[in-house]
Amino acid sequence: MLGKRKDLLGLKDLSAEEIKYILNNAETMKYVLSQKNKKTPHLQGKSIITLFYENSTRTRLSFELAAKYMSASAANISASGSSVAKGETLIDTGKTIDMMGTDIIIIRHPMSGAPHLLAKNVKASVINAGDGMNEHPTQALLDMMTIKEKKGKIKGLKVAIIGDIAHSRVARSNIWGLTKLGAEVCVAGPATLIPPEIEKTGVKVFNSVQEALLDADVVMGLRIQLERQKRGLFPTTREYARFFGIDDKRLMFAKEDALLLHPGPVNRGVELSSDVIDGEKSLINEQVTNGVAVRMAVLYLFARKGGSNENIN
Amino acid sequence: MRILIKNGHVIDPKNRRDDKLDIYIENGLIVEIDKELDYSGGDIEVIDAEGKLVVPGLIDMHCHLREPGYEYKEDIESGTRSAAVGGFTSIACMPNTNPVIDNQAIVEYVKTKAKNVGVVNVYPIGAITKGLKGEELAEIGELKFAGVVAVSDDGKPVMNSSLMRRALQYANMFDTPVISHCEDLTLVGDGVMNEGYMSTYLGLKGITRAAEDVMVARDIVLSEVTGTPIHIAHVSTAGAVEIIRHAKARGVKVTCETCPHYFTLTDKAVEGYNTAAKMNPPLRTEEDVEAVKEGLKDGTIDVIATDHAPHHIDEKNVEFDKAANGIVGFETALALGITYLVDTGILTMSQLLQKMCVNPANILGLNKGSLGINRPADVIVIDKNEEYIVDINKFQSKSRNSPYHGYTLKGTVHYTIVGGKVIVRQKVLL
Repeated sequence: MLGKRKDLLGLKDLSAEEIKYILNNAETMKYVLSQKNKKTPHLQGKSIITLFYENSTRTRLSFELAAKYMSASAANISASGSSVAKGETLIDTGKTIDMMGTDIIIIRHPMSGAPHLLAKNVKASVINAGDGMNEHPTQALLDMMTIKEKKGKIKGLKVAIIGDIAHSRVARSNIWGLTKLGAEVCVAGPATLIPPEIEKTGVKVFNSVQEALLDADVVMGLRIQLERQKRGLFPTTREYARFFGIDDKRLMFAKEDALLLHPGPVNRGVELSSDVIDGEKSLINEQVTNGVAVRMAVLYLFARKGGSNENIN
Repeated sequence: MRILIKNGHVIDPKNRRDDKLDIYIENGLIVEIDKELDYSGGDIEVIDAEGKLVVPGLIDMHCHLREPGYEYKEDIESGTRSAAVGGFTSIACMPNTNPVIDNQAIVEYVKTKAKNVGVVNVYPIGAITKGLKGEELAEIGELKFAGVVAVSDDGKPVMNSSLMRRALQYANMFDTPVISHCEDLTLVGDGVMNEGYMSTYLGLKGITRAAEDVMVARDIVLSEVTGTPIHIAHVSTAGAVEIIRHAKARGVKVTCETCPHYFTLTDKAVEGYNTAAKMNPPLRTEEDVEAVKEGLKDGTIDVIATDHAPHHIDEKNVEFDKAANGIVGFETALALGITYLVDTGILTMSQLLQKMCVNPANILGLNKGSLGINRPADVIVIDKNEEYIVDINKFQSKSRNSPYHGYTLKGTVHYTIVGGKVIVRQKVLL
């Protein structure tokens, strides 16, 4: 299904069928995860490197565990304390890793498009674990998996994404993925955090959270980066919480059986109130589990495509 | 050395020539222009220009030669050779070298180096402020006497409005044109491409068009207040074109230029994180491209400059955010003008030459840009209809950064003659 596609750079480039194929595989991987013995031989003999130019706990751990559950040899490189800190270019770092026989490089980078540059220059499969404001495909896949699990479908659902849309790679990947699978996507947030001409991606834009949430099947909160406040993109976290935070009252605008998602970590009391985070609609913890399943599926599917020992056309 | 250019179609907008004429050159000067000239002798080079245009050598009032300081990208020798194959016989180079052209010594260095190794005429542009820092005026008077043809902090806008006002007042005393790179840096922020759907699509930080428009408006106000002419560099937005159009109608002494990439490419060229299409100001939208073309057509935009900005491959083969801005401009500018403006009926060939020869010469105060009797013979012979495919590997520039690789363009330079010396003969750089 993924044909000769070597890399997973984003959902923008994938077809609906390819996305569904990954999600189906992730369901199988979730079954594996639920077993007492989680060790499988799927990636035996494969080597996987996580190359993180940005700090991360959950995404990195999720990828690492996914690799290890499937018997891959996994190693990490952080930007600090490595050749990267000495000024080595991304391409040179990538080529060095490539020449060690690496099958998959998982990259997180603060600049949009960095995984695309890497992918063009290495034989290994490149998996984007978040690039700048562009995409975070495995996060969106785990969100879609969670929605599909609970609702049985994605097509026809109304999904409201609330918060800093402009700087969110999670929002962008979800917009590409969800709209391809037939969901109606609404976004809302302060006007300063809505990217220009976002409606051309097929979403509806609201400045009022209530309007965006009205009859939503799924509500997705996004993490607010506090440095955005210092840059004057919104006045205070207090004001943000008042006008754009999701609490019990606002959530009432959504459907009664609505789901609440958030990529985490959450600023409690800012984008989500504590009663909502810990409430019955919240699937924040299940998202984490599905994250490992999705990453297992992605690693399994793409380890067969790349790698310095295989002939890729 | 004597040269007779025969049977060519001479277009010389300044002298209103547009006819089949011959040109006779002797001792570096144009001696005679007339029909069917008859000169002979063993030491005469006869150029058969049948079917070709014979026009004044092009003048680029905005380029970067990178010397001193960044010779790994370009130097005066390679830069002038690149200019020559593009049909440019005179070029004015920006001061953002290292050290900056903000003092007499560096002006002398550039002039001397150009005289020794350059193959076209080189005119340095001095800095407006010391070190391009935007804090204190450079010694503009001394720069002028050392030989600069204008001052500019190109690449770095003078953000302090008071300082810009003083720069205009001060430079005017020395009759030195001020060229302004218009960007409000507080609006630019950390943007790396035009703000719009493409920046949203690619997840790259955008630069609002207002960043340019606001600064163009400010500089026009300052020009009006001081009564000093101002030249706006590389106009890229519909808003800036409109603001300049209105100012000109009011009689403000404002002139401006655009570059070929702003009338040929939109921000779609950035797709795939294509660093060859990363520029400053950034490539804009279709609406802006149309406005720039309209501005060229109605005379709002006076000049087509190249903003020749060579960069080493390692400075482009990086993450988009980190990539250097700009393109190799000399070697494609004329063909882009012919293909996208003349062939499409937006400008006549004569109007194109007005913007690539006559107007830049007028703005910089150069006695160039036309085919005058007893004037230095800066002449080019071009085939306006000949198609070719752009190949960056054949550039004379040291650098290869161009978004036009693989484009089919019309218009080739067969001869470049500078001061009566043949630099390019039958498309070959000597």
